[in-house]
Amino acid sequence: MAELLKLTVAEAVAKIGAGEIAREEYSEAWREAAAGDELNAYLWRGEDGAGKGGGSLAGIPVAVKDLFCTEGVETTAGSRILEGHRPLYTATAVRRLAEAGAGVLGKTNMDEFAMGSSNENSAYGPVRNPWDPERVPGGSSGGSAAAVGGGLAPCAIGTDTGGSIRQPAALCGIVGLKPTYGAISRYGMIAFASSLDQCGPLTRDVTDAALLLGAMQGRDPCDSTSVGIEGGVRAPSQESLQGLRFAVPAELAHDAIEPGVRTVFDETLARIEALGGEIAEVPLPHAEHGISAYYVIAPAEASSNLARYDGVRYGKRSGGEGDLIEMYETTRSEGFGEEVKRRIMLGTYALSSGYYEAYYGQAQKVRTKIAADYAAAFAQFDFVVTPTSPSVAFRLGEKTDDPLAMYMNDFFTVPMSLAGIPAISIPAGLAEPEGGGPRLPVGFQIAAPAFAEQRLLEAAYALEQSLGFEARPGGDGGG
Amino acid sequence: MAVAELEAVIGLEIHVQLSTRTKMFCGCELSFGDEPNVHTCPVCLAHPGVLPVPNEEAIRYALKIAAALECEVAPRSIFHRKNYFYPDNPKAYQISQYDEPLAVNGRLGVIRIHRAHLEEDAAKTIHLGESGRIHGSGASLVDFNRGGTPLVEIVTEPDLRSAGEAAAWARLLRTTVRQLDVSDVNMEEGSLRVDANVSVRPAGSEVLGTKTELKNMNSFRFLERGIEAELERQRQLIAAGGTVVQETLHFHPADGTLTPLRSKEEAHDYRYFPEPDLVPLAPSEAMLREAREALPELPAARIERYRTELELSAETAALLAADPDTAAYFERAAGAASGVEARVVANWVTGELAAALRQDGGEAGAAGSQVTPEALAALVGMVQEKKISHGSGKTVLAALVAEGGDPEAIVEREGLAQISDSGELESIVAAAVDANPEAADQIRSGNQKAIGAIVGAVMKETKGRADGGEVNRLIKAKLADR
Repeated sequence: MAELLKLTVAEAVAKIGAGEIAREEYSEAWREAAAGDELNAYLWRGEDGAGKGGGSLAGIPVAVKDLFCTEGVETTAGSRILEGHRPLYTATAVRRLAEAGAGVLGKTNMDEFAMGSSNENSAYGPVRNPWDPERVPGGSSGGSAAAVGGGLAPCAIGTDTGGSIRQPAALCGIVGLKPTYGAISRYGMIAFASSLDQCGPLTRDVTDAALLLGAMQGRDPCDSTSVGIEGGVRAPSQESLQGLRFAVPAELAHDAIEPGVRTVFDETLARIEALGGEIAEVPLPHAEHGISAYYVIAPAEASSNLARYDGVRYGKRSGGEGDLIEMYETTRSEGFGEEVKRRIMLGTYALSSGYYEAYYGQAQKVRTKIAADYAAAFAQFDFVVTPTSPSVAFRLGEKTDDPLAMYMNDFFTVPMSLAGIPAISIPAGLAEPEGGGPRLPVGFQIAAPAFAEQRLLEAAYALEQSLGFEARPGGDGGG
Repeated sequence: MAVAELEAVIGLEIHVQLSTRTKMFCGCELSFGDEPNVHTCPVCLAHPGVLPVPNEEAIRYALKIAAALECEVAPRSIFHRKNYFYPDNPKAYQISQYDEPLAVNGRLGVIRIHRAHLEEDAAKTIHLGESGRIHGSGASLVDFNRGGTPLVEIVTEPDLRSAGEAAAWARLLRTTVRQLDVSDVNMEEGSLRVDANVSVRPAGSEVLGTKTELKNMNSFRFLERGIEAELERQRQLIAAGGTVVQETLHFHPADGTLTPLRSKEEAHDYRYFPEPDLVPLAPSEAMLREAREALPELPAARIERYRTELELSAETAALLAADPDTAAYFERAAGAASGVEARVVANWVTGELAAALRQDGGEAGAAGSQVTPEALAALVGMVQEKKISHGSGKTVLAALVAEGGDPEAIVEREGLAQISDSGELESIVAAAVDANPEAADQIRSGNQKAIGAIVGAVMKETKGRADGGEVNRLIKAKLADR
């Protein structure tokens, strides 16, 4: 049994396809593993994770972030306001996984409406980091990352709006990929910030990430902004980085990064050079304003996207003894958590008449500048690299009283979201947290031009093979 | 300031519901009068996770309207979200167009079009209780069948100068849009909704006065009455030294009064921002060309053609050209009537036929009547050729309106063929002259008007089958004999 759980998704698909292991046996092993969840990673666990039919993911149970609608299965987005909500339809990304033969292993916990970087904003309790249960798994796809990192799922999908796949993947020691905006349909993915939200895989390795991306990507007639990836996605096989140029943001030298994280980052740069890659600094002068722009644009869109939760048609309804406005107010006051309310208020303010230009308009200009910075960098370089997160996993409750400190977790991941470009986080090593303690995973982020997913996966694969990160929670075994 | 010196300044905002097969952003069918909430889906009910997909047919329809209104079409227009909480709006935002609309700078007749854009309709709310409004209502019901219906909003420049002109222009707009076959444009059913922005200013001034917005005028008559009442109110107010306050006024069809909507309904900050779920709308050259080439002849052009080519009077041309069905009827009848001038056929359509249809009490116009254009043409031909008298022609027309059929058969059946035997007619005339000696004397002494009595007697005797001209000639000849 334990042997089955050690297989990567690609290995399991091959063995199931070859008849070496039984499909039901494999999914049953994962069902039992998921049943042992002590991290609060799952909000719901299914019975039919084996999936149906052949395909690139035949027999693979996938953990699905609770932001994706699943027909007939409660989908809450981590919020009280959607408690008991059973969607009438299934999200395109989940449907495509099923069409590739995968099953839904369970629905994973998350920050409410994907707003958070620690998974402490879930209405259903925080998720714990598999490496240290006193620490956060990151967020908002914290449940998906903890499930894969903690051996509760072979793979998972999540969503990334400003780092919500990459940062928890980094903090849980796994691979997380945010594809180009438009690569995967957003239909059925409960909206947080529509111009930034993108679905992506959280997996043990780069090959598995490619496998899931390949199954999910593509144009969808239900999503006008989806385009897919031309030529599809293949399993990566490149072993060298010869001739590839990697840019490090010049501003990185002054950024607040934990010493342990910086050490792992520098070691990884050296590894790239050892593989034949070239490293150079490139100015990305507007990246430092990314957080400010992001925390105007994302809440603005969220304030509009979340206005539909009014208690009239579905989900929670409170009050109503008074008039309509009273019902709206009571429902939303009781249904939404603190962070969601904070962002709705921020966003409503930013869009208000008289403030629009100063906030939303200005933030969009910054967004354009950041995209232009990256376009300029990609004229000379193949990739831009940074640490995924400025720190390793922090303690539960450590930043809950300081929203701004919490927001800085997204410092390295937000610019790519604003530019709409793909970025991957791969585990690059372990580092001692500030203040001491057992060593924890550090993520290394690689960003590529829009729709250059295949090149990104090839480079990440080459680096992954060289790094040989084998560490697992419970044993400080690698890096 | 004297009331008379205040000039009316009126602009209209028109919502046209498009008659596409499906809604603006989902695949639900459009309907009118179906059971509530049957034409709904997760998209138009704004369930979590759904996304809008624009209806290409709606875009094509909107481009036809833009072409008919001679607008400039934006190479790239964008959708915005208009945010507000109300149960008729399940997303809590309406997808509309804001600062980059589909079409701008057009005209219809002499009135300039400011803009025309695409948006989605709200659901229908029904407030239980006497007022029919949300305030004071015990409960409200929502029917989402209408929610998401494609709308084109057309905004005019403030070029209209009277309530009558506004109503007449709105009628022209309706007939124009109806002819494009993109909407039912029915005011009672709400597929055409006209709001008016009304203000007054000193005659000759270039500065606009403070306007009020008038809503809920669901017929052209109410539109005219509503504007009239508001102009009067503003003039009185200013005459009494007051000032107009910008507000939205609700028209009450029952008594023609206007009441302000409560400020709570009014005080909106819509927080417009570009709709991130949709890409910009960039119509291809082929789509634009198709919209232009598909344009039928529109009323304004048709009126002009009728006047210049067919030599109809301005009034008759306008009556026939305004409604495409009537125009088509007229043109078929004129084409079928060989040897008869189009002008004569036109007069029959707008005169005798219209009167006969009114007499019959039916709602249908010429095109919807039992009188086929070919039958009318044959009838007019018989009158022109003096096969029947004009009076008999009207009798036949009444029969056609009632039962349809072939005019020649009716003439045969009713024995209406004109009396062509001049011997028979002469003896009837002689008898009539003898029976009216006073009239005969008056005619002899130069009072030609007196001939009417004798003509009347002849017509009575012949049951209208005599030709009036011939009867006149025979009477005069008879009297001259003596």
